[in-house]
Amino acid sequence: MSFRIKGRTVTYTVLTAGLLAWLLPFAWMALGSVKNQGEILRRPPTWWPENPTGENYSQWFGHLHFSTFFMNSLIVAVLTVLGNLVFCSMVGYALAKMEFPGKKLLFATVMVTLMVPGVVTFVPLFVMVSKMGLLNSYAALVLPFLTAPIGVFLMRQFMLGIPEALLEAARIDGAGELRIFARIVMPLCGPPLATLGILTFLSSWNNFLWPLVAAQSEDRYTLPVALSLYSTGQNATNYGLLLAGSVLIIVPILLLFVALQRYFIQGVATTGLK
Amino acid sequence: MTSPRTPTVVNSTVGSRLRRKQAYIAWGFCLPFVLVFGIFMLVPLLGSFGMSFTDFTARDIRSPFAVNFVGIDQYTALFGDPRFRQAMLVTGLFVVVGIPLTMTVALALALALNSGSGRIVSLFRVGFYAPVVTSIVAVSVVWRYILQPEGLANQALSLIGIQGPDWLNDSTWALPSLILMAVWRNVGTLMIIFLAGLQAVPQDVHEAAMMDGAGGFRRLISVTLPLLRPTLLLGAVLISVGYLQFFEEAFVMTKGGPLDATLSVAYYTYQQFGFGEYGLASAASYVLFLVIALVSLVQFRLLRSQD
Repeated sequence: MSFRIKGRTVTYTVLTAGLLAWLLPFAWMALGSVKNQGEILRRPPTWWPENPTGENYSQWFGHLHFSTFFMNSLIVAVLTVLGNLVFCSMVGYALAKMEFPGKKLLFATVMVTLMVPGVVTFVPLFVMVSKMGLLNSYAALVLPFLTAPIGVFLMRQFMLGIPEALLEAARIDGAGELRIFARIVMPLCGPPLATLGILTFLSSWNNFLWPLVAAQSEDRYTLPVALSLYSTGQNATNYGLLLAGSVLIIVPILLLFVALQRYFIQGVATTGLK
Repeated sequence: MTSPRTPTVVNSTVGSRLRRKQAYIAWGFCLPFVLVFGIFMLVPLLGSFGMSFTDFTARDIRSPFAVNFVGIDQYTALFGDPRFRQAMLVTGLFVVVGIPLTMTVALALALALNSGSGRIVSLFRVGFYAPVVTSIVAVSVVWRYILQPEGLANQALSLIGIQGPDWLNDSTWALPSLILMAVWRNVGTLMIIFLAGLQAVPQDVHEAAMMDGAGGFRRLISVTLPLLRPTLLLGAVLISVGYLQFFEEAFVMTKGGPLDATLSVAYYTYQQFGFGEYGLASAASYVLFLVIALVSLVQFRLLRSQD
């Protein structure tokens, strides 16, 4: 028994050391973001900031238009999430609870496109969006992600488990499909909606390739696009500024993660697809 | 009882009318998805395939009638381009080295956490998972800072008397550095999946093995891992689909360099797009897609065999 307890202590000591190492980049990022340029270039690097400064952050909030990038990211993410919640649920409901010609084909198409990476579609998408005159608009940033096969799959899987008797009873009472969907099905779908909402928000917030080609002026940049362009441009070695930018992108999502970790982790464990 | 037919006939016409009504309603439910998905996913997906057989360039956005069908010329050009072959090699290395590393670390973590319980485990789980939710662009910035010639990594190495290289500007070390970062960022996903898999391993199998005198290591090799095989395979496929597309790390940390040492297929595609060579970019993306589709196919097989 004591051998086991000892083994466990060793395990936890190793795990704790590992965890600290794992989180070190975050700590280093946060510490670097409050160092001034002189200190950040110092060799060897200082661990704790000598004169903590908010200057890097005030640059972001000042002439670097952080609030514009933040709002762009937020607007795009919120619209994308809303679209996915509504539209994917609707298809999920039809696929799970209705019979109609073309159903099998629709579901097969959804399954086949589950894994299509953005890198395959972005070139023709760019051509199309330019043709539509939508380049550099919110529509261009949102529309391609307004629905996703993964969402349809997730909602359908959950809705298959809703008892048919419940829907039949409502149908006999004369409720239309839309009413049944809105009043009976959706209120039962809390867990998959939470998972889908979080997965969608996360991938929208961190999305990079498409906003990089579709957003062409500063007033449409999302946060990752803005940070990547600063970090490869003339500010490439202005690490204090870049680290502050990284903190500003990561902190909202980390807060969300810590608050809703159960759903994040459930999402990964159940779908296994993200 | 004399005319059992009449009601059936009536029922079937009412039934077929109802069925047709339901079909309309059902397609009504699907309409927004079908429209958005059709226009922004299916059309580009087929468009990309189509464009890969043409000489489409950036100029042709304005005058699409100047586009010519060129057969498989773009694919010939692609495989004739040493930079594309380099990109395939880099992507292949990234996957072949990155996957086993990620899986080993994730499995070790999952095994260590599986024996414990309660709050402390969920703390570790959250901690190791945290990098997964972060923007690759944002974490690439701090990793670039850590991997500078006199950054944190080399300071740590100098403590044990090793003079570290200029990681990201050294053509030998740049790719391993990106792999290391990918492992750091993705272990969390696999850890969660493996933990879920481990929890499904029945306890009595372990007890039986223990009765037979099997030690911890022996049980891991002969009981746990074989039972975990489907989960391990699933994890490998999931992560490899992500690793095959790696782009952002290279974009922010190395720009594909030095000397194309970190040029991935996705990055190559992006570059050709930037040069306005849309036909060639589409061909490159389709080659990548084909590989990803094959890997996904394996996944479907696995998912099905799990049911």
